[in-house]
Amino acid sequence: MNDPNPMSPDDLQNFVDGRLSPEDQLRMEAWLAEHPEDAAMVHAYRLQNANLSQAFDPVLDEPLPAALEDIVTMRATGGARGTRPAMAGWMLIAATIVIFALGGGAGWLARSNTPAPEPENFAANAMSAHKIFAAERRHAVEVPSNQEAHLVKWLSKRLGVTLKAPDLTSAGFVLMGGRLLADGPLPAAQFMYQRDDKTRMTVYVRAAANNSKNTAFRFEDNNGIGAFYWVDAKYAYALVAPMGRAPLLDIANRIYRELNR
Amino acid sequence: MNEEHRIIVDQIPHLRRYARALLGDKTLADDLVQECLTRAMDRLHLWRPGSNMRVWLMAIMHNLHINDAKRRSARPDQVSLSASHENLRSEPPGQDTPLMLRDMNQALNQLPDDQRHVILLIGLEGLEYAEAADVLDIPIGTVMSRLGRGRKSMREFLDVDGAPRLRSIK
Repeated sequence: MNDPNPMSPDDLQNFVDGRLSPEDQLRMEAWLAEHPEDAAMVHAYRLQNANLSQAFDPVLDEPLPAALEDIVTMRATGGARGTRPAMAGWMLIAATIVIFALGGGAGWLARSNTPAPEPENFAANAMSAHKIFAAERRHAVEVPSNQEAHLVKWLSKRLGVTLKAPDLTSAGFVLMGGRLLADGPLPAAQFMYQRDDKTRMTVYVRAAANNSKNTAFRFEDNNGIGAFYWVDAKYAYALVAPMGRAPLLDIANRIYRELNR
Repeated sequence: MNEEHRIIVDQIPHLRRYARALLGDKTLADDLVQECLTRAMDRLHLWRPGSNMRVWLMAIMHNLHINDAKRRSARPDQVSLSASHENLRSEPPGQDTPLMLRDMNQALNQLPDDQRHVILLIGLEGLEYAEAADVLDIPIGTVMSRLGRGRKSMREFLDVDGAPRLRSIK
């Protein structure tokens, strides 16, 4: 058969990728109805596209590796180009480490006189609670953040102290909500936060025991889950997230500043 | 983070998907994406606001990829295929995905690099032909001829070995 307007190879590719104008599309469909070889070809090519998607689309749903996002966000927080702002950030952290190292030294000395100090259990409990509930997809929190006022009021009442859910949006973490837990015999509160890359962080709080001493920040790491914890006159706090010491300390600082403002 | 940074972060999943299909290996792919992002941040002042960020990032990644002869030679053999298969099978997809993944990896694997680039940019990433030409820095006519040859070659490969199996997958 002699067609006056045969389809070009490029037209066929355009048809495969859905890039023909509506009238060319009609012309193509008429052509394919009469040319089974071309029809088989475009069918096979469309199947290729669909199969590529089926094979590789799951990559889109994988959690974003923090290391990749950090390349963009780290530079972003320090200004687009420059080692100077970035260094200022590191110097701040370094300075903070010095301060807490001094405090930590004092805590260490105090610890040697106290056989079974409170915070160790507390930190272990906070870590366990983090591991259990941060892994929850649908029931990560008991009361979601859209009822934040109710959540904080309720937990404050149960713990017997005035609580506040720290605002960590400046660190990229948004409050998801919270829950009531048992820390040994005492009620404890867990606030859960999530970053854009789905990294979850928990702030674990309870009233300080009567005999507890103030402690400086302490850090523990358990299989990649890090925790900073500290005790003041009224509260014991733990900050837990799958993060290293430096970034976690930065956030612990923010919380400390906010709570003591 | 400003608007540009947010746009870049939004593109990371696409960069990862393209790199994964290009290299057939999760670790190599994420290394390439990491290099690409680092370079992009260094050169962000060269990006024209309003232009297509994905095309710009893909072009950076493409240049890194072709300049890295070492990485390129690391792909095409049975060993790296089975390694990538292992990598991806540890993800939790549907039961038939690993088979599909293996078939597509093999079909891509037997293509010359220049055809694989075109097939993936257009068939997987959905770029316009002109955008693919920009990424690869070649005329659009060359894009079309590589696309035609690449698809034909994939079809022949899958018809011989993979097609019956592919068709059996819903």
